[in-house]
This record gives sequence, structure tokens and C-alpha cells, in this order.
Amino acid sequence: MKVLVCISHVPDTTSKINFSDNDTKFDANGVQFVINPYDEFALTRAMWLKEKQGATVTVLNVGNQTTEPTLRKALAIGADNAVRINAEPTDGFFVASQISVYAKNEHYDLILAGKESIDYNGGMVPGMLAQMLDMDFVNACIGFEVEGNSVKAIREIDGGKEVLEAKLPIVLAGQKGMVEEKDLRIPNMRGIMMARQKPLTVVEPSNESAKSDSTKYEKPQQKSACKIVDADNLDELISLLHNEAKVI
Amino acid sequence: MSVLVFADHAEGKFKKIALELISYGKSVAKKAQSKLIVATINTDDDQELAQYGADKIVQIKDERLNNFSAKAFSDALAQVAKQENSDVILIDSNSNGKYLAPLLAVELNAGMASNVIAVPETIEPFVVKRMAFSSKGFVYSAINSEKKVICLAKNSFGLKEEKTNPEKISFVPALKDKDFDLKSISVEKTSGKVTIADADIVVSGGRGLKGPENWGLIEDLAEVLGAATACSKPVSDLGWRPHSEHVGQTGKPVSSNLYIAIGISGAIQHLAGVNSSKVKVVINTDPEAPFFKAADYGIVGDAFEVVPKLTEKLKAFKSNQ
Repeated sequence: MKVLVCISHVPDTTSKINFSDNDTKFDANGVQFVINPYDEFALTRAMWLKEKQGATVTVLNVGNQTTEPTLRKALAIGADNAVRINAEPTDGFFVASQISVYAKNEHYDLILAGKESIDYNGGMVPGMLAQMLDMDFVNACIGFEVEGNSVKAIREIDGGKEVLEAKLPIVLAGQKGMVEEKDLRIPNMRGIMMARQKPLTVVEPSNESAKSDSTKYEKPQQKSACKIVDADNLDELISLLHNEAKVI
Repeated sequence: MSVLVFADHAEGKFKKIALELISYGKSVAKKAQSKLIVATINTDDDQELAQYGADKIVQIKDERLNNFSAKAFSDALAQVAKQENSDVILIDSNSNGKYLAPLLAVELNAGMASNVIAVPETIEPFVVKRMAFSSKGFVYSAINSEKKVICLAKNSFGLKEEKTNPEKISFVPALKDKDFDLKSISVEKTSGKVTIADADIVVSGGRGLKGPENWGLIEDLAEVLGAATACSKPVSDLGWRPHSEHVGQTGKPVSSNLYIAIGISGAIQHLAGVNSSKVKVVINTDPEAPFFKAADYGIVGDAFEVVPKLTEKLKAFKSNQ
């Protein structure tokens, strides 16, 4: 079984977000980058497929050279090889197109990714990729099993879950549940040493163009100070919520 | 040229999110000086849609679409968009909408923007403001393709009534067998509970509640308010509450009108996930808890004393309404 895990290189969840050049660029200064948390669930699940079902696992990122430490980390966690498509990930359509051109010739049985990245939160790449490759797709996947040629996947729906069945190949976009948080792998020393020997291939981008640009950024407005209501005066809170905020 | 809204319904009933999307669509259509077309699937009961500005209703009819299929839905909608010459296609941010929108974008060779929170700044070029960085920032996205797929963030626009007298047509899509390769085996839904996605009010509990046995406090308050219940990440990690209730940066995003945080200190990841809620109330014993910096109203006090009292007072308030 050939498995591809698509990973994004994103600011750590604790990062303060700032913009530069008159709010036209994301300011990466002082920001620690990590594997997108949603992708980590997919990557760990792929490790199980490798260990229990003999899968080979490739990790892929669309990005410039600065994302290589993130790919090396994925190799240290246990992926067999890495691919970096050497392009700025301008928008979801562009990234999906780049991956689809590469994946078309590689005949993956299973493509895993996080359902969205925590930076631009587009939630576009996995679904677009599936459609471009004419593969089935399950979004917000919280668990799956592969048996021979069949896959049973569970997706989260509003207020519950749905079980779906399909044939490989398929694209699954994951989140917590695909594996649990406690199961997430972190690289150990041996993994880090081995990762240095594993192949990281740089592929030049294909001739696709983005369909959108991020032209301007903005930070949320500073909140006005929190109104403190006395714990013995709950009527005041109710009145504020009713008359001032108008939410009850 | 037209603006196309997909109005999804559940068992024949249109949810507020669909009506909000139509209200939004009407504003976009006005700005683009074009018509608003609303597509529905397998329902004739659509009088309600004329209250929010639909100029035309396209009733997609195909028995196989009685169960949701992202691929088949997007295939059908793409066909409607082509027939109606729609260049802006609007989809909601429920789990089904988010699932089908990227597929539709590829079908139409369209650029896409999700979590959009306002009417386009300009139509030429087409620039929309969207939430990003897990609510820690906004991005203006300029879409340069002829067709555009837009997912509207929930509760970002509101309902705007505008009565119309829409023309109605039936549309039978030409669907492929391949659209149904993915088979739904079973659907499990918690009945009778308000979901976080649909809720106008969310009541959320953190580690300050000390244990799962105390969740009655949260549930009672939620019941009085008709609210959904939620929890912080540590609470779901500890197994006190199911993962499906975890809200925050890597959990569910909340964009309700009112978010009440009880015994939640307000870690940056939690705040990122709930920031787009309009009004936030915090109840915490620690006046230094970071949530007080993000909230609109706060009570410094013990949840075990404050919450039951608040529930009682709200009950009285509601019965006097």
C-alpha cells in the first residue's frame, strides 16, 4: 500500500500573529513553525498503516526551502521519504494542483491530510486534490480502516457521525479521532538520526497558477475592557445581556 | 451573470444558516447588479426562501440525492451554475457545505474562499474579507478566476428580510454512477441536543468544574438558554466530555452570538477557537485568568455557587418574557 501524507508548515499554536509591509505580508519573524496539528493526526495514522499493514509512507509539502525542517521532522517520526514541491503555497487551488500533478504518476492507494491548516484555515486542499485526481474523498474523518481494497471511514457531521464505505484509492482529510492526541508520535533520537539518511526529493512546480491572492491582512480589533459584574448581582448580568448585548 | 446560493435543508426544513446565506447572497447580487438564484434539493416547500430575496428558485430533483453525497451534490450544483450562468456560488459552513465546496470549486475551475465574513469589498476585482490564523487575523482574498466559490462563516451576516416573488423551475441533473461510489452505511445523531454548529448560544465548561460528575451545572444552564454545550481541550483530553464538544483552535470553532465560559482560564489556543463569537461571558474564580481580557462580561466567582443561581434567575427571566 502506497500512502501519501500531505503536510503544511504552519506557525505553532501559541504564536502571536503579526503582519508586516503595511499589513500586506505575514510576519514570520520570531515565529516557530511546526507540522500543522491536523496533519499530525494523519501522519501518526499513516505510521500505524506502515507498522501493521506494511505501507510505505511519503510525506509531501508545497513550500520553499524553509519548510525542510518540518519535512525532516516527519521523516524522524517515521515516514519513508519526503517530497518538497518547490513553490510558494499561494492558495488552496494552486497547492492542490501541484500535488495532483505529482501524485498522478505515483499511484497512491491512500492520500491523507489534515482537514485544514491552522494558518489560512482554507480547508480546500484535500477535497480539491481528490476531485482533481478523480478519487473519492471523506472530509473531517475521525477514524478509518483499510482492508484489502476497501476502506471504511467515519466522518464527523454536525451533531453526530456518518460511516462511509468505498474502494481505494481515496483521499481522507483528518482531525483528532483519526488517532487520539495521546497517540501522536514525536521524533526520538534514533528517528532523528535515521531521518538524515532518508531521501528528501525536491520537485520543481508544474505550470499551474493560483486563483487568488492574499492582498491585505488585518488583526482583530482590540476588545474594549471586560465589564465585571458582581457575583451577587446576577440580575445586572441578565439585564446587560438582554438590553445591551441583545443576545438573550 | 448571477449569484447562486445553495440552500441546504434538513428533513424539509431550512435552517437559519441557509436563510442567512440567502440574505448574504442578495447583498452580493445587488453589489454585482445581478440576480439571486437559490438552488434546493428535493423539496417543494420553499416559500420561506422568498422572504429573503430569492429572484429564482431552481429545484434540483433526483431521488438519489435524498442522502447527502458531497460528490453528487457538487456535480448537481455545478450543472445548475453552468445553466444559470452563475459566477459567484455561495455555500454554507456546515459540515456538508465545507465538504462539498472544494469539489464544486474544481468542477467549475473556480477560485475559492472559506470563512468569509462580509460582502465583497469590490466586485471587480473580487475581494472578500475572511477569517484566518484561527481567528487571530483576517485576510483579504482577491479571487481572479471567472467563477468563485464562497463559504460564508456562520453568524457573520445575519438575516435580512426582503420579500420577492421568485420564478421556480425544476432541474434534473445528469449524475454519473461514479458520484455515488462512496456509500453511506449509517448515520448516528445525538437527538434532541442543540449542536455547536447550529447554536446561537454555547455554554462551555473547563477544568474549573473539577470533574465530569459536575456537568449538570453546564447542562442545566444550557437548557434554560436553548444552548449547545461545549468544553475546553483539557476536559476532552481527560475524557470528561466527548471530543465532539471540544472547542478551540484544534477543536470545533465557535461563532455563536453568545459564548459563556465557565471555569476556563482562556489559553491562547482556546481563545483562538472562540474569538469569532459575538459576545463572550466568563465566570472564573481567578480574576487574573486570561479569559477576562477576551471577554465582554465577567464574573469573578465560584462556578458552583454562581452558575446554579444564574440558571434560576434566567429561568425566571425567560418565563417573564
